[in-house]
Amino acid sequence: MTERYDAIVVGAGHNGLVCAALLGRAGRKVLVLEAADEVGGAARTRRFAEGFTVSACAHLLYQVQPEVVGELGISLPRAAEGLSTIALSRDGRHVRLNGARVEGVDDADQAQWRDFHRRMTRFADLLAKYLNRIPPRLANGTRRDVLTLAELGLDLRRLGREEMREFLRLIGMNIYDEVEERFQSPLLKGAVSLDAVLGTHLGPRSPNTILTYLYRLCGDHGRASLPAGGMGAVAEALAQCARGHGVTIRTGMPVRRIVVDNGRAAGVETENGETFSSWTIVSNADPKRTLLGLVGSRHLETGFTRRIANLRSRGNAAKLHLALDGLPAFDGLERKELGDRLLIAPDADYVERAFNPAKYGEMSPEPVLEITVPSFRDASLAPTGKHVLSAIVQYAPYQLKAGWSDAAREALKKRAIETIAAYAPDLPGRIVAAELLSPADIEAEFGISGGHWHHAELTLDQFLFVRPVPGAAQYRMPLDGLWLCGAGTHPGGGISGACGRNAARIILKQQKPA
Amino acid sequence: MGAVMNDAQNTAVKAQAEIAAVPQGRLRTPFWPRLNELDRLNAWHEWKGYTTPDALYDADLEYFSIRNSTGVFDLTPMTKYRIKGPDSLAYIDRLVTRDMQKVKPGRVAYAVWCDDRGQVIDDGTIFHLREGEYRLCSQERHLAWLTAAAIGLDVAIVEETGDIAALAVQGPTSFSVMKNLGLEGIEELKPFGLTHFDFAGSELMVSRTGFTGDLGYELWIEAGRALELWDALFEAGRLHGIRAIGTEALDLARIEAGFLTAGVDFLPAESTVRPGRSRSPFELGLEWLVDFKKPNFNGRRALAEEKRRGSRWQLVKLDIEGNKPAHHSYVYRMLRGRRRQVGFVTSACWSPVCKKNIAIATVEAPHGDPGNELLVEIYYQREMHWSRVMAKAAIAEKPFWDPPRRRATPPAPY
Repeated sequence: MTERYDAIVVGAGHNGLVCAALLGRAGRKVLVLEAADEVGGAARTRRFAEGFTVSACAHLLYQVQPEVVGELGISLPRAAEGLSTIALSRDGRHVRLNGARVEGVDDADQAQWRDFHRRMTRFADLLAKYLNRIPPRLANGTRRDVLTLAELGLDLRRLGREEMREFLRLIGMNIYDEVEERFQSPLLKGAVSLDAVLGTHLGPRSPNTILTYLYRLCGDHGRASLPAGGMGAVAEALAQCARGHGVTIRTGMPVRRIVVDNGRAAGVETENGETFSSWTIVSNADPKRTLLGLVGSRHLETGFTRRIANLRSRGNAAKLHLALDGLPAFDGLERKELGDRLLIAPDADYVERAFNPAKYGEMSPEPVLEITVPSFRDASLAPTGKHVLSAIVQYAPYQLKAGWSDAAREALKKRAIETIAAYAPDLPGRIVAAELLSPADIEAEFGISGGHWHHAELTLDQFLFVRPVPGAAQYRMPLDGLWLCGAGTHPGGGISGACGRNAARIILKQQKPA
Repeated sequence: MGAVMNDAQNTAVKAQAEIAAVPQGRLRTPFWPRLNELDRLNAWHEWKGYTTPDALYDADLEYFSIRNSTGVFDLTPMTKYRIKGPDSLAYIDRLVTRDMQKVKPGRVAYAVWCDDRGQVIDDGTIFHLREGEYRLCSQERHLAWLTAAAIGLDVAIVEETGDIAALAVQGPTSFSVMKNLGLEGIEELKPFGLTHFDFAGSELMVSRTGFTGDLGYELWIEAGRALELWDALFEAGRLHGIRAIGTEALDLARIEAGFLTAGVDFLPAESTVRPGRSRSPFELGLEWLVDFKKPNFNGRRALAEEKRRGSRWQLVKLDIEGNKPAHHSYVYRMLRGRRRQVGFVTSACWSPVCKKNIAIATVEAPHGDPGNELLVEIYYQREMHWSRVMAKAAIAEKPFWDPPRRRATPPAPY
């Protein structure tokens, strides 16, 4: 006898939890099945050495949508907010960024930065409005779709003639040309370049990296905050909220397949052979894994299958975790600044050069890094007096030509540590334990195809109306009863909750309770 | 100096040889030597990369061999794919709109396949050669689509157009020819059946299929044995009026039978650019090929929607007054005293066997419903001057040519 639910959410990633909580709040009987033993998906806190824990994948919050926390009535545990960004320089003359403020550059760059930041945040605010909407359909749209499109057009027009022209000029452009045009300081150019490409398979000269930059600004205008207790605490807060709304969450329950009965999704079967029935299956897994893996192409049509198979979703970022017996000393950095966000991207060309080998399946000899020392602000992560360092290491292509062997992983770990050590010479001596998660590890650990944290590359052809693929942008898949709510849907990756919320809204709108 | 010249000459000769080794121009089918011997007209055209005769000696006489004795048509250029593997049935069943579970080994099915919008990519015949092994035979090439359709399924798709030589042997005496060829048990082969024979150590596949609407067979053999098969066939048919035929004769016969040609009566969806220029199976009169009892097939969702909303086009067979073929004509209908253009003719001919002026046309729905009287605007030329008639046309509900002998099993030994 299988148990019947109003909705089953596959995967307890943060979007899945948001979606489940909102469905539960609306009175639905919801079951969430999670493969791992903990909730969170890529928003998880991981113990990687005795006494040391760290955010396993995403480590900073930028884009949590106020609509999400507002509707759920929760507050997320934050250890620090409004972190500054420090672009590290070998000579200790770092550039410090916080919102519209920048230090360490000349007056001309200061003025340019203020103008750049004002314009970018304005555009990002426009974009952010649409992140929290169900993307309109271009063809066969309903009245609501047409209205949303008209509103988008009107909002663009309202920017004013000059700003609209700027928006349209910039949106498909690359960040490199823009920073070269505006700024003198190599560090400033490097920092902006890194923010545009972090987590993507793009270099600063790749088209469309202005879009990815704007995406990062949606929400907190690029000012990061640090979750208390690691990202897993965010997921736990969402899970608590969901449970409060009557949602059943079962961890350690990997879903083997989505059961299709007579052409519609009818339930799920777990690896241990249990089946659960529902006419609404919401997958928090990425589009490829959901459709090609859990559903199977035989239940889908060929054109759609081909689009999903061709979705660009090759991750290019690795995650480095170091357990340290004390705080490392970075040249020219005050101790308190170790709680901020540190970047190794000394100039825009450095970032582009780091990307070059990735195009051909090789890792960067000199990687780009985003470094945090979360234990500086959050003592719960490490034993007293000790610390953890968490860094995103780019570029580390998923399809490494030589394959992600232990040796390859060790090599990248070594390169990453050496790269940081050039700025913090005492770092290597302080390492108690170290681990590096390659995109292949991220795929295996978190079940994300290609190990890409956006599930699908965030580019104009996979954005808004056409995310993840044309004809399936409104969370509903072309298999009755199947929905997506993960980062592969609009608006995309990052800890925002917008995908899960939008999905829940359209599900509630289109399906009245039985 | 001399040595240098020699080197240069050698290089030039080598380059010539390399160029010669690359096939250029039209390909020849394995039957080409025989067709070439019989050819009196030197009228050839290109068909999917191969050279193929319009007619060999007289298109009308060739046509009459189909209807009165036996016509032999070289259909080697038809695109052929071999599909096999554990998931081949699931693959084919999802690919086409009809239920392939019902097509057992040894059976052949006419089918259409659609894209996700329910628009016809092509039509063709699917031969269930053996358990789990199929041949798909179509006018157009489809490797990209067929490969995409294989994503996630354990199935291999091999293009075998050039490896398999094929002949259509069509007409009332074709059964006798097959008997004379020594094909034991051929009398039991039903329409849309196929069976395998040994032909001098090679496998000869014979299917009771064709593109003429008449009694007939198609013979399939490895390309290397093509000429031996041809010779044996013509020897077997010597006293039964066997004739090689070209495309013109076959085209007359297929219009009489009401068969569609891709690229003529409809455009393959993947080759259309403008919206609305492709067709759904409903719009081609092929609703009987769409089986909504199947939970999934390519185009199902769009076709279910079209069925609910109604189709835009209808394909009709027209019986037109007069004897001037309605090539490329506009089709009209009188509505409230005014003549309104509702469609166009895609194939037309004077049918010698039916003694009728017939056509296949596309008209806007619902003007193609049975019983509606349509008008066809026919232009014709007499001594340079053009004339025009508005000929009445009735919508025919059945194929113009569909003799009982086509289905009789065992066939009559004419």
